[in-house]
Amino acid sequence: MSIRHHLDEATLLSYAAGSMSQGMALVTACHLAMCPDCRKRAQSSEAIGGVLMDTLTPSPISDDALDAVLAAIEAQDEPIAIETVRSKPERPADSDVPAPLADYIGESFDDIEWKRIVPGVYYFDLPCQSGGVSRLLRIAPGKAMLPHTHEGNELTLVLKGSFTDEIGRFAAGDIADLDDQIEHQPLVDSNEDCICLVATDAPLKFTTILGRLMQPMTGF
Amino acid sequence: MTDKENRTPGDDVEKVVAINRDPSASREWTALLAHFAETREKASYIQLFRHFAPKVKAYIIRLGLTEATAEELMQETMLAVWNKAHLYNSSKAAASTWIFTLARNQSIDWMRRQKYPEYELEDWHVGEDEGDAGEQSVLSDRMAEAIKTLPENQAQVIYMSFFEGRSHQEIADRIGIPLGSVKSRIRLAADKLKSVWRVDV
Repeated sequence: MSIRHHLDEATLLSYAAGSMSQGMALVTACHLAMCPDCRKRAQSSEAIGGVLMDTLTPSPISDDALDAVLAAIEAQDEPIAIETVRSKPERPADSDVPAPLADYIGESFDDIEWKRIVPGVYYFDLPCQSGGVSRLLRIAPGKAMLPHTHEGNELTLVLKGSFTDEIGRFAAGDIADLDDQIEHQPLVDSNEDCICLVATDAPLKFTTILGRLMQPMTGF
Repeated sequence: MTDKENRTPGDDVEKVVAINRDPSASREWTALLAHFAETREKASYIQLFRHFAPKVKAYIIRLGLTEATAEELMQETMLAVWNKAHLYNSSKAAASTWIFTLARNQSIDWMRRQKYPEYELEDWHVGEDEGDAGEQSVLSDRMAEAIKTLPENQAQVIYMSFFEGRSHQEIADRIGIPLGSVKSRIRLAADKLKSVWRVDV
């Protein structure tokens, strides 16, 4: 997989700080699971957090904190506890679903209960608690997303297929990391359906009358 | 405390190690965490606990949680240090970095009642070769120096992200600048802090 579109530095920092919405963090983690380059960058963003934590004046902890934790350690059945952490259920090697997303939908896009917006355009909302959108989109070849802008940030990660918009061509693993300056209309140019994971930190603003009419229906 | 029955767990081992070690630098804490990950020696864990637990608690309080919740989440975080130590890879992260991510995840999981999406925790022990174990600590030390040199408006957005858990949009609203300006300040700051990685260790 050769990835050409990566995460913005500001997005990585927000992920490292734990200061983005659940939906945005999920898209970010999925891209990181697919992209070794951004993984390295994320590790150095997290190092900023480690350094900052180190600079804080230590807070007094309760006198029995160490005893309480040691007691908790002894109370847990240690070999079993470690085993549970170590061995996640085997993931199928050919799964198209990145590990962080598999926690939500399992290992296949086929079992999802897709909802239709218009012919050829389907969505599935993820149960992420956040202010904005957190959803999967499935768009048929030749179809387009409705043109829109957004109040805040938008992350779109391609999981399958590809699309082209005003910025360029996006294939599996590529992430479109956009802010409120951009108006775009992604058009699917692959032979198979294009499946994307999308998150925003604020509701989308559609720029056409059709889009605005659709908005109440689709929850965008 | 002479009666063995009354001893708190680990009380005895602590006295043994306190004589031999007085780690103060980031590099030594990283080596100690790596040592604990390998040996699971309780004595090493206790040293790590004494050093990191008050820092973890301070971080959680900065996120805006109450003292009691911070105490509870600090204990959960330190329990996770014990339970997940086998996933720690000292060539990928300094001890403070790894423990920070555990504290961040515990805090978010608690606030959202939803697991923070992690990208590869289970793979920390495998994968890309990241050079030798001391390197991450040296870089952390350099980064600590670099943080002091950030212009105030850049330091502010970094602090608001890490210590107040504010999103870009919330920062923009709070200090009254456009979203794009928040992001460019963060980019400039991150670039400066990460430039320590581009210099040979």
